[in-house]
Amino acid sequence: MGFPLLSTVLLAPLLMALVICFLPREAREQIRVLAAAAMGLATCLTLYAYAAYDTAVGGMQFTEQIPWVTDLGVSYSLGIDGISLPMLLLTDVIGLASVFSSWNIEKRAKEFFILLLILIAGVTGTFVACDLFIFLLCYEVVVIPIYIMVLIWGSTKRVPKEYSGMKLTIFLLMGSAFMLVGIVSLYLGAYPAGQRTFDIQALIMASQMGNMSAEFQIFVFLLLLTGFGSLLSMFPFHSWSPDGYAGAPTAVSMIHAGVLKKIGGYGLIRLGLMVLPLGAKFWAPLIAGLAMINVMYAAYCAMVQKDLKYIIGYSSVSHMGYVLLGFAALNVVSISGAIANMVAHGIMASLFFSQIGYVYEKTHMRSIPDLKGLAHYFPRVTIGFMLAGMASVGLPGLIEFVPEVTIFMGTIGVYPFFAVIAIAGIIFTALYILRMLAKVLFGPKDEHFAKYEDQKGVEVLPLLLLGLFLVGFGIFPELLMRVIDSGVQPLAPMLAALSDVPMLLGGGF
Amino acid sequence: MSEFALTHAWLIPLLPALAFVVIGFFTRLDKSISAKIAISMISVSFLLALGVLAAVISGPITMDNPLIQKVLWAKMGTLELSMGVLVDPMTAMMLIVVTTVALLVQIYSVGYMEHDPGAGRFFAFLSLFASSMLGLVISVNFLQMYAFWELVGVCSYLLIGFYYYKISAREAAKKAFITTRIGDFGMLLGILLLQITFGTLDFMELKELVPAYIWISGTGFMTVVGLLLFIGPIGKSGQFPLHVWLPDAMEGPTPVSALIHAATMVVAGVYLVGRAYFIFSALPAVMTVIAWIGGFTAFFAATIAITQRPFKRILAYSTISQLGYMMLALGVGSLTASMFHLMTHAFFKALLFLCAGAVIEAMNEEADIFKMGGLRHRMPTTFKCMAVGVLAIAGVPPFAGFFSKDMILAAAAEVSMPLYLLAAATAFLTAFYMARLLFVAFFGEVREDCPAHETNSYMRMPLVVLAVLAVVSGAWGHFAGFGEWVYFGAVQEEHIDFMIAGSSVLLTLIAFALAYEIYVAKRFSAHLLAQRFGILYTLSYNKYYVDEFYTIVRNTFVDKLGAVLYWFDLHVVDGVVNGLAKGVGCLSCVFTALQNGQAQRYVAVFYCGVIVLVAYSVFCAVRILNLLGGAF
Repeated sequence: MGFPLLSTVLLAPLLMALVICFLPREAREQIRVLAAAAMGLATCLTLYAYAAYDTAVGGMQFTEQIPWVTDLGVSYSLGIDGISLPMLLLTDVIGLASVFSSWNIEKRAKEFFILLLILIAGVTGTFVACDLFIFLLCYEVVVIPIYIMVLIWGSTKRVPKEYSGMKLTIFLLMGSAFMLVGIVSLYLGAYPAGQRTFDIQALIMASQMGNMSAEFQIFVFLLLLTGFGSLLSMFPFHSWSPDGYAGAPTAVSMIHAGVLKKIGGYGLIRLGLMVLPLGAKFWAPLIAGLAMINVMYAAYCAMVQKDLKYIIGYSSVSHMGYVLLGFAALNVVSISGAIANMVAHGIMASLFFSQIGYVYEKTHMRSIPDLKGLAHYFPRVTIGFMLAGMASVGLPGLIEFVPEVTIFMGTIGVYPFFAVIAIAGIIFTALYILRMLAKVLFGPKDEHFAKYEDQKGVEVLPLLLLGLFLVGFGIFPELLMRVIDSGVQPLAPMLAALSDVPMLLGGGF
Repeated sequence: MSEFALTHAWLIPLLPALAFVVIGFFTRLDKSISAKIAISMISVSFLLALGVLAAVISGPITMDNPLIQKVLWAKMGTLELSMGVLVDPMTAMMLIVVTTVALLVQIYSVGYMEHDPGAGRFFAFLSLFASSMLGLVISVNFLQMYAFWELVGVCSYLLIGFYYYKISAREAAKKAFITTRIGDFGMLLGILLLQITFGTLDFMELKELVPAYIWISGTGFMTVVGLLLFIGPIGKSGQFPLHVWLPDAMEGPTPVSALIHAATMVVAGVYLVGRAYFIFSALPAVMTVIAWIGGFTAFFAATIAITQRPFKRILAYSTISQLGYMMLALGVGSLTASMFHLMTHAFFKALLFLCAGAVIEAMNEEADIFKMGGLRHRMPTTFKCMAVGVLAIAGVPPFAGFFSKDMILAAAAEVSMPLYLLAAATAFLTAFYMARLLFVAFFGEVREDCPAHETNSYMRMPLVVLAVLAVVSGAWGHFAGFGEWVYFGAVQEEHIDFMIAGSSVLLTLIAFALAYEIYVAKRFSAHLLAQRFGILYTLSYNKYYVDEFYTIVRNTFVDKLGAVLYWFDLHVVDGVVNGLAKGVGCLSCVFTALQNGQAQRYVAVFYCGVIVLVAYSVFCAVRILNLLGGAF
């Protein structure tokens, strides 16, 4: 076993959080630099892993395994494949950007960065874990910092921040409760006593060997769907998303919308599809229908919002509809698209939140009627808004175009009706995004904003960093698709076999 | 040299993209260097396009034997998305048109943008547009075309909204984007259906597969696909009923109107239909729809143009009308006529717009033609160029429009008499409103407060070049055999039908005379005429209230429905969530009350419990005794 790269990526933020614990609270400057350094290290290592990952070989690479509780079949087992690697990259890039976006935090900076680093480490852990126990553990680690951060650094607008924090946490916990039951069922159902394990690969093997009956798969998948679906803001479990983002501080909104939410989609693919293919097949038509509702319903709700964070909150619900739709179509193309779309949405949503956060930090405004003509005084913020907005409407050359088209290509043959309605979402997305951009950025000069400064120095870094990926993966989508393809390609035989299984629920839409 | 240009045709779109990056990142704030970078890059592209043209003319490349280069762009599973270069005579012609107009417009913009602090940004966007448009022209497959189609759309959005501090500009930009998006939605569906039916989007592969498919399965499904695909061009090329964005797009700087909203981007729809002609021409029902939408749009827009007052708005409706002509030509089966008109129109309409820019700038942003007058004395060069443009668009021989319009009329006459009559009536209206524009703005007395003066040399030079092109391009195309070069199926013979040509020239002259009588000699009062045709005039002046109709639709189906759904989200979906939370809260109140820490209460509860237990045991005992009693 060589250099424990994934452990370093996972533990760097945690250890740094520990170091920061021992620093005096006045050392704000050092604290934020250290936090950035930890995330910088993690990002560099992840980028290295991304470049060094051998797509020709595929499968789990950079694996590490240390037996932990052998009686229960728990081991500290890490690894990445073509599905989790893009998610890991997303986590670290957004994590780094969120540190920069929190650069000017004044209130309790020490605690803030400690919690932020723990949060990032938790999210990282869910993506690199090859063991469901570790997965759940990391997931639970995520919940606590989020609640505290919303309560202390959050903001109260339409609803009090206490309400948002509570709502966010309860939904996260509810999701994890369903997940827990589902995962324990998997654990108990896969192997007879004595051979039981939390290892994901072993569970997949069990499924392939036919250890799980169709009824079992259908039941457990429903549990996982409820858990991961509420995390992915699937209708009707989405209402935490706009309220939660609105209450949360910028960094939490960025990480939550950018990556945490994606654990839902990742889990659905990793556990739902790979371990429980028959369950996925059974529930797929329902998911497709809900996906269509997600896309259109949330787009309509976004249209009438006044608060920028609510618009992006609903927008993210709407975009997750495409992810669900891609998942539900159950073919290589659509699932590749779904994964790519998670990456794409993560980058652009966190860019949006970082820019909104900056404007809010300066002006304490984020309501559309209050903000106007920002382009005159905030040219860089304007570029950030435009990039994220144009990516949202699926402009070619930016990150969202290829994933969206891929999902459409993969789904229109499977669910023509749902897909056509969902594709019509591109018109409505354009409507609410362009309305927002027009009202906030353009129009006559308003002297009221003259006293505020545009982003400079470190404040520009989130825009640069996220913008780089937004454009880079947009112009060269193969950089992203190559890795994802190597992760989804091994599923091809299973998906092909699955397509011959008759659809039990609905179907034909 | 020409061989080099042909094999390096991918450089043509790439160079302006490079200019965009360099200007955007480095020289944005320096307008003179930005302009130099943009112009030098597009010049090189222009030279390369000339090389491609030379290679295509001299080489073995024909419409049926194009040059293809492809690279993989993204791959997932069996789905491969590629980008590439397809060069055939149609591409070569478009490359020349786009690079020529783009180059001239950029030179013009040096003068036009002299005092604008955002000039660097302007040149960056213009370069990005040129790059996207050239990328669209050389597309090898539908996906590439769709990608660049969206990119030109966003450039159009950015440039219409260039004066972002003007509310009208920002609203017009948004409207343009969303209206064309509606078209793109249909087109995307069509493309997706092609992909799942044929497994490829490549033009050359589809060219083989589609006829075979239609041969086997009939035209039913493909007609749906064809109609969906055609929705894209309806949006992009401003065809009825999605034409509403184009007149508003005149809020952008005038060079943008000339380049994007007259000569290049708006013809992308025509070009798409031409590129995918192997699909459309095999579907008679779709062809009929194209022909009638084109013919109707041509006539409809012309009837609006005759009553409008702002200079650029008249030209905008004229553009819609001329685009309708091109669609009509495609619908009646003449790719040659359509592409020929596309080329001549690009030159003379760009010329007209650039003249409009010169005039409006000279008039200190006054756009109403009835506030102008006598400008030919103040701006002689502009006047001459404008006159050339008017004669060209009206179809007076030997100007360019004569040849191309005649070809369309002849093609329409062969297929359908009603369409021919519609087209001929449009020709009459076109001559009338263009003459009206020319006479009102440039003839008559100079107003006392008129600030107009001749434009600077940066702006004059492109006018003169375009004027020359507006004269010669038609005759050149006609005599050099444009039809042997750009055609679909069989080579189209060039001939002038003297009945058709003669009658249309006659109509044009009558229209000119009529306009002269009304607006110069003032023998009839325009005002009285407007009153005489009250309803018609009101309808035309208000553009048939199409915008108002859309506003109602949007308010109802977007804003109101959105409000309803948001109410549902707040009160029903969230209501359930909050209700559940409240339910849990109430339940916990009950349990809390049980544990309030007061010993008396506990004792009381304990005591109650004891009573219940005693009562229960007594009850049980009695029952048991009863049972026992029964047994005994």
